[in-house]
Amino acid sequence: MLISLAPPTGTADDSPETVEVTLSERLNSRREFLALSGAAGAAFLLADAADVREALAWAASRRGQQSYTNLSARQGATLEAAVARILPSDDGTPGAREAGVIHFIDRAIGGFGAGAKPAFEQCAAELDRRAAEVDASQTFDALSPERQDGLLRAIEQEPYFGTLRTFTAGGMFAMPSYGGNRDHVGWTLIGQGREPLYTAPFGYYDAQAAGGGQ
Amino acid sequence: MIRRQQPSRRFGAGEQVDFVIVGSGAAGGIMAKELASAGYTVLVLEQGPRLSVPEYDHDEMAFFFLGARTNLSSGQPQQFRPTPSDPWQQRNVLLYGRTVGGSNAHFTANMWRMRPSDFNEASVHGTPSGTGLADWPLTYDDLEPYYTKADWELGISGAPGPFDPPRSRPYPMPPLPVKSSGVLFERGARSLGLHPEPTPMAINSQSYNGRPPCQHCGWCLGFFCEFRAKSTSMDAMLPVAEATGNCEIRPDSYVAKVETNAAGRATGVTYFDGDRNEHFQPARAVVLCANGAETPRLLLNSSTPRFPDGLANSSGVVGKYLMFNGNWGVSGLFEHPLNEYKSVQTTRMVLDWYETDPARGFYGGGGIDARFQQYPILFGLSGLPPDAPTWGAKYKRMLAEYYNRTMYLAVHTTSLPLETNGIELDPDLKDAWGLPCMRVTYRDHDDDMSVGRFLVERASEILEAAGGQRQWSLPVTPQTSAVHLLGTCRMGRDAATSVIDTNHRTHDVPNLFICDGSSLVTSTRGQPTMTISALAFRAGERIADLARRGEI
Repeated sequence: MLISLAPPTGTADDSPETVEVTLSERLNSRREFLALSGAAGAAFLLADAADVREALAWAASRRGQQSYTNLSARQGATLEAAVARILPSDDGTPGAREAGVIHFIDRAIGGFGAGAKPAFEQCAAELDRRAAEVDASQTFDALSPERQDGLLRAIEQEPYFGTLRTFTAGGMFAMPSYGGNRDHVGWTLIGQGREPLYTAPFGYYDAQAAGGGQ
Repeated sequence: MIRRQQPSRRFGAGEQVDFVIVGSGAAGGIMAKELASAGYTVLVLEQGPRLSVPEYDHDEMAFFFLGARTNLSSGQPQQFRPTPSDPWQQRNVLLYGRTVGGSNAHFTANMWRMRPSDFNEASVHGTPSGTGLADWPLTYDDLEPYYTKADWELGISGAPGPFDPPRSRPYPMPPLPVKSSGVLFERGARSLGLHPEPTPMAINSQSYNGRPPCQHCGWCLGFFCEFRAKSTSMDAMLPVAEATGNCEIRPDSYVAKVETNAAGRATGVTYFDGDRNEHFQPARAVVLCANGAETPRLLLNSSTPRFPDGLANSSGVVGKYLMFNGNWGVSGLFEHPLNEYKSVQTTRMVLDWYETDPARGFYGGGGIDARFQQYPILFGLSGLPPDAPTWGAKYKRMLAEYYNRTMYLAVHTTSLPLETNGIELDPDLKDAWGLPCMRVTYRDHDDDMSVGRFLVERASEILEAAGGQRQWSLPVTPQTSAVHLLGTCRMGRDAATSVIDTNHRTHDVPNLFICDGSSLVTSTRGQPTMTISALAFRAGERIADLARRGEI
């Protein structure tokens, strides 16, 4: 992830060298993840507040648009098909496609996720190349879900697949203002509540302990 | 009742104040309140912005992934190596809140007191070879009145526990309502003959000092409380400090250097404002509450010919003996929904293994608490067991099945102070303001790992006894990041081996004081905020007394 290094109020020529940190590099390690999420107040340190504000403002300006800004239509179609296999909707509930994960990705790589753009480009090109090996007339998105899964299994150890998976989770579960998680379908999937406040009992066991059952 | 009766004080440019406080977190807010209430003029310089309630959104992406409220990943880079024989890597490993309120504004809100035994472990158990374990120059009795003051002035919810040290007053508020994780944990722990107890939390269980009770929204860890129900230094102390009319909180003010004169006294600080203009702020005394990373960095960056190794560093221990606290755990799946996304992070803990027990063969102890410790994106990436699929229909199904039925038993443990673990100035790397960056050497001591493994095993037994359907954990391995930044300007009676005295005055500079995580001599059992708070109440009183007697 290429991070803009402009300090909050500084000018570009005062900035130190840019640093490249990839989101996938940060996030692929489950251990790192749990360890950091365990630390009160831990953050992932991928960009600065100014970048976040910029990304959110940009996402807001793009809301409702379905075309891509940073991906080509070809890349968008292939990557959307791929994320739809990471979180599929075969079970009848919304998955990554319905959540608009591809739009989260399209927006992210134009802002705070710019450093991951090459990984997405590589991923799309590689999937289409492999699809053409299966059937010269086809792109990845045109293959059957079974064939798509087969091709994804073949690349699942590649770093760019890790990036795709990481951004799929982001697009499924981040606040909808980032472009994905449309209508909070990601939160609905896992059962994350959206109320601003709750009252006890909160779950089955504390209700049971309080004698109320549930 | 806290209310803003008047606009807070605004000092003019270059106007000398009695005290300039660097940092507005757990310690800085209390220090400001104590000194301003004692009648002194106080200017608090905070490098981060002051957020307003509409900015307190529950944005997991911004906070956990984009570092929106913490020290800057790019503008404030760090280098890291585990041991002095490893190469440096550019990597930000020490995280802290970079807003008014500091890390304390978005902490989990655990408020564990230390026990009498914490203060003299070196005498009782000996100093493990190769470590700097030392006794505190204070006793529990010295600090108890200030733990109690923290309970009442901040507002802590809790109930007496079976191992509690003596307390001079009860908790001001009863515990928060138990969550499903707490019920299951308590059930498991009791069946093993343990002593589960309510977790003391800096969160209101009822209206307190004009702030409302917790609304159980579930977004404590990593987020500000829009209800002001979290008893943070920011919400409980800063308004009181400002209401005295003696205190200004100045955000977006990044302190570069503590200035000293030929007589070796501090004259004030140099800082950058939000437009990166440099200012000198004169003060009769300087109090550093900038956290265990930035306080030593600032001292090291304030060297002069008179103080060539950094200010207040005649001992050479500024930046050394950094301690993180261990942080590991075990996850478990249960049959019915726990809905842990609601309410505070944790409601029950066990402290049965708090003490160092020589029979275990290693130094240290800690506690275990029941929580969830996940938010949606984090869960999507790392919430499932390690053998779960990472994509596809089954992955999706498991996310749906596990999110509300999982709990995590977190273990919180001691860290030994090692001379080789610490912070120094990087000779080359500069931050966005042109100041030398910090570089960090840190590796957990073998005993720290042992106590972590020991408690993870105990947590696993509790989870099993609680009726977990399955459980999983990650190996206990050395930590490579931290938010508990402790011990780097340790307190002691001997100026040759410590940085501050028991009044929090630096041994070397009579009008320079330090109070924050850096002051700690030992690490606590993994929850340092209560001790930092108590130290700040005590230090504020001592410093005000010294000032009143003309001894600063």
